[in-house]
Amino acid sequence: MGHVFAFHGGVHPPENKRQSTRSPIRQAPLPQHLVLPLSQHIGAPAEPLVKAGDTVLKGQRIAEAAGRVSAALHAPTSGVISAIGPYPVPHASGMEGTCIMLEADGEDRWIEHAGLADYRRVPKTELIDFIRNSGIAGMGGAGFPTDVKLHLSEDHIVNTLVINAAECEPYITADDMLMRERAGDIVAGIEVIAHLLEPSHILIGIEDNKPQAIKALEKALKGNPLNIDIRVVPTKYPSGGEKQLIKLLTDVEVPSGRIPADVGIVCQNVGTAHAIARAVHHGEPLISRIVTLTGDALGQPQNFETLLGTPYKLLLEASRINDRKLYRLVVGGPMMGFSVDNDQIPVIKSTNCLIAATHHEMPPAPPAQECIRCGLCEQVCPAELLPQQLYWFAKGRELDKAKHHNLFDCIECGACSYVCSSYIPLVQYYRNAKAEIRTEEAEQRKAEHARQRFEARQARLEAEKAEKEARRKARAEEAARNQAKKKDEVATAAPAANNGQSDIKTLKTAAAVARTKLKKAQKALDSARENGNADLATLESELQQAQQKADDAQKTLDAAERGEAAGAGQPDLKQLKTAAAVARTKLKQAEKALKNAEDKGLDGVEQLRLTVQELSAKAETAQQAYDAAEKGGTGGGADAARVAELKSDMDAARGKVEKAQKALDDAIASGSPAAEKMKAGVAKLQGKYDEARKAWEAAAGNAQPGASAEKVAELKADMDAARGKVEKAQQALDGAIASGSPAAEKMKAGVAKLQGKYDEARRAWEAAGGQDETPVAAAKPDLKALKQQVSIMRTKLKKAEKALDDGEGSEVEVQELRQRHDAAKAELDAAEQARVAEAAAVGVDLKQLQIDAAMARAAVTKAERALGKAADEERAPLEQALREASRKADELNQTLSRFE
Amino acid sequence: MALIRSSSPHLHNAGSTPKIMRLLLIAALPGIAAMTFFFGWGTLIQIGWAMLLAIGFEAAIMKLRRRPVGFYLRDSSALVTALLLGLALPPFSPWWLTLVGIFVAIVIAKHLYGGLGNNPFNPAMVAYALLLVSFPVDMTRWTAPFVLQGDDGWHVLGLIDTFKVIFGALDHSAIDAFTSATPLDELRHRGGLTTEEAFRESNVLANGVGAWHAVAAAYFMGGVFLLYRKVFTWHTPVSMLGTLAAISTLFYLFAPDSFADPFFHLTMGATMLGAFFIATDPVTAATSNRGKLYYGAGIGLLVFVIRTWGSYPDAVAFAVLLMNLAAPFIDQYTQPRTYGHARPKRGLKEDA
Repeated sequence: MGHVFAFHGGVHPPENKRQSTRSPIRQAPLPQHLVLPLSQHIGAPAEPLVKAGDTVLKGQRIAEAAGRVSAALHAPTSGVISAIGPYPVPHASGMEGTCIMLEADGEDRWIEHAGLADYRRVPKTELIDFIRNSGIAGMGGAGFPTDVKLHLSEDHIVNTLVINAAECEPYITADDMLMRERAGDIVAGIEVIAHLLEPSHILIGIEDNKPQAIKALEKALKGNPLNIDIRVVPTKYPSGGEKQLIKLLTDVEVPSGRIPADVGIVCQNVGTAHAIARAVHHGEPLISRIVTLTGDALGQPQNFETLLGTPYKLLLEASRINDRKLYRLVVGGPMMGFSVDNDQIPVIKSTNCLIAATHHEMPPAPPAQECIRCGLCEQVCPAELLPQQLYWFAKGRELDKAKHHNLFDCIECGACSYVCSSYIPLVQYYRNAKAEIRTEEAEQRKAEHARQRFEARQARLEAEKAEKEARRKARAEEAARNQAKKKDEVATAAPAANNGQSDIKTLKTAAAVARTKLKKAQKALDSARENGNADLATLESELQQAQQKADDAQKTLDAAERGEAAGAGQPDLKQLKTAAAVARTKLKQAEKALKNAEDKGLDGVEQLRLTVQELSAKAETAQQAYDAAEKGGTGGGADAARVAELKSDMDAARGKVEKAQKALDDAIASGSPAAEKMKAGVAKLQGKYDEARKAWEAAAGNAQPGASAEKVAELKADMDAARGKVEKAQQALDGAIASGSPAAEKMKAGVAKLQGKYDEARRAWEAAGGQDETPVAAAKPDLKALKQQVSIMRTKLKKAEKALDDGEGSEVEVQELRQRHDAAKAELDAAEQARVAEAAAVGVDLKQLQIDAAMARAAVTKAERALGKAADEERAPLEQALREASRKADELNQTLSRFE
Repeated sequence: MALIRSSSPHLHNAGSTPKIMRLLLIAALPGIAAMTFFFGWGTLIQIGWAMLLAIGFEAAIMKLRRRPVGFYLRDSSALVTALLLGLALPPFSPWWLTLVGIFVAIVIAKHLYGGLGNNPFNPAMVAYALLLVSFPVDMTRWTAPFVLQGDDGWHVLGLIDTFKVIFGALDHSAIDAFTSATPLDELRHRGGLTTEEAFRESNVLANGVGAWHAVAAAYFMGGVFLLYRKVFTWHTPVSMLGTLAAISTLFYLFAPDSFADPFFHLTMGATMLGAFFIATDPVTAATSNRGKLYYGAGIGLLVFVIRTWGSYPDAVAFAVLLMNLAAPFIDQYTQPRTYGHARPKRGLKEDA
């Protein structure tokens, strides 16, 4: 027997243990109705596995552990579940809790059960689960689920296992009797725990007022290979408190706010050890326990082996209660137990004692007097607190000070109240103060949480508001720009009409509108004159303006009609070619989509197939139309016209490239996520342009070998334009670098690229100046292929023209734009228009991308490769850049719908 | 069956505040007896008179405060205050002196602060200090121990005469023969004499100190009894007496001619009464064990300082009151180390 240390304080209340140890443990009578609270332990209530009406056998699991800290529940006897509902449970407040009500059938029939043959061979986790499924929770009074403590060796080093056999509370003898009569089972349980926790040392702490129990344990331990010591500690309340017992046996203090395992110690109650042994060796879940029935109101104090769920009344009656003498019914010990006013409350896993006390035995506490700070409480406090100060703070609601004085280290043992010379219910004050602090802290946490949520919401709302505002502004600007653009279109309709592609209808409408306005203005002026209105001057100037506009519109219209008439009869090769190219691209994309869909077995394959067929027909039609036109063009000797068409074709492509490049530059400068996508689009357009140029060069070389001067001039213009772009890009780059924009690197690359283009254009120009044959030779195969196809269909030209018309719409715009762009490069107007045009150009891909991802196949022309690359890269950024895309969506959709 | 529902614990120790007070009264009996034996009936009469007044004032105040009078009277705290004041006053003090003292103690020092448990200062000492400052003549006219009256028996003023003196029916000149300065006073007002010379020259110092020794011994006995009954812990008295002894020893060793010996300090005046009955008043003292050590040491130190360099006949009252002032502060910085904490907390807030 090793040395025993000491803890501070403690009291020596009258033990009153003799009364209930005179007779051996008896089996309590089988109750008719059992009440089984779902929460018999610390932690989450168990979850019922049965419903009313179910028949259950003894030992059958009727509720399972819900969560980490919880315990299962088993039927203590066989019978029928009569109800699951609220019922008074053992609690100081007298509150109700959810209970499973079991009507015993009296047969007490066991479910099939068996212990583990050799628990040492079972994996530890399984063994712990077995114990968990046996519903074992600390039997010392707190009811902490035992399996949780048995897991401790996983993340703690457990040096010492303390078996709590102190039973320091007066009156209670349940553990004492258990040890006297079932020491063997207890030791078996300790062995299981030791197997799980692998402590180097096992200490059984027992008070010196239980000599028989000590003897029984010693006998049971004889020859036991485990390193088990029985440590007899002096009888002093509360030596059985976990922390106090640890201090007594090991002189180690469990740090405040920590658990014993943090200092390498695990504490288990003897009753728990016994229950573990019953479960592991016999397969009996925790369905009964020893309950001490004592108190002066009982004729026969004793210990009962009691089924869980047995109402107190049955036990009291079996102990010959004298109802007239009963004054206070205490559950647990007199120091920490709670009194109940209902004897129908059931025994649960942690019920170790029932004290039926008389008035004389436990008189009501006299009225509390003032604290005179006599300090007796301080002398007995096992936690070494200053109870008198805590009381002072608790009473004065100085909760911060109470907390500072370690209120939360109070174990509520009641020693201070016990000795208080003024009969102050100190523990009650501390409980109250603790509850208040907890509530306060919970509210603070809640308030903090609410504050954070509120702030987050405010921020979100503001962001939304700002975004809305930005969108609204953007829309307004867009609208304004569109307005301005429309005006510009009307104003520049005249030169556009010369190409015979402008919408003459629109011009007619514009002219009509202008005329109407003129008439209105005239009318207004007339009426003003009649009324002698003062605003005559204004009106007159308005009239003049309207007159001017009407004249302009009429002139434009006339010019357009003349141009149309002049150009009529000439097949528009360029338009046809564009339409054919677009149709081809679409077809390829659709085919790709179809292939993808087929590969992936997606829905809508049929639909796609149809689309492909449709598109292939369209493409064929367009190609035929073009071929026919081409053939007619060459056959009719209209080489000059064809070359001009090709030239404008090329110009349009270049215009697109320029616009796209500009948009790209803008996007890069603004760090738009769509930049990558746009780059690909630019590359694609550049490819188209190159193609167009080749075609034109070939045609020009073929048809007009002597017209090199004109071609040189064109190349010169190209070169100039490229140089302008380079300059502009350089400017933008400088700006970006100056502002430290992250897009600067990208822009640098763009500038380098543009420089390359410029160099290329310059070389082309220089080459055109000397030798014209080279590009023609390079372009020849293309031309040949075109010639072969030209002969097919001239008849469908009309039909294709419609599609071409749409394709050309943007080209005209491009040309216009380029003119004005050359005139005033710095103007924002031009930039915005370029962006709109770019969006329209990219829009073709956008729509197609929505159907499918990859666009181009590997081995096609340079332009097609670029197109394919663009498709791959565009998809993701487009999805990410929804904001930008949605803004463009309308324009794009319009553009697309025209293409279809 | 009408079960009651109550909070744990359901058991109580038999100890109670009235019991503590009664233990104090019992423990004071040897001292009262010694005082009566050496200084005549005056002390008994003073205590009785003071207790009557205390109960009267207490009852009146309780009535005014609309509290159950009987319940509060039973705590006997007023009796203890009266006892302490009665023991501290000169035995022949006039009745009104006691009346003023008790009034101050019960009404002002105790109930105006909220009654028992809420008073920051020891009521008896507040009253004593006030009387000493206000009526120095009456307060310094101590009774001569009977041993100075001659060697032939117990020469004290008769019980009736003492009554008459106290309640003004007899002129004070009648008792001149029975009065004398206290040894502390004698030593303080010794003129240029060395300590040794003073002890030889002064009648009281030469022949009378034995009476004070006996009284101190009686109080000491009472104190030990209270310690035994765990009414208070050893910390305050041991700390106070130890400090006083240590300081006086130190000075006595260096200048025995100028300072009294430690035994003299420990046995004269109210040292023993103070150590066991006054400084241990829990309401006004520091509360933790460690705090009580500081508190007692402070009193011991102040007693020596005031006795040696002050101008009052005794220093216990002032020393106790001064340390009463310091008690709340001491409490903040002498919290015990709670179980599971590495070190004790200090102050009233977490960051203190």
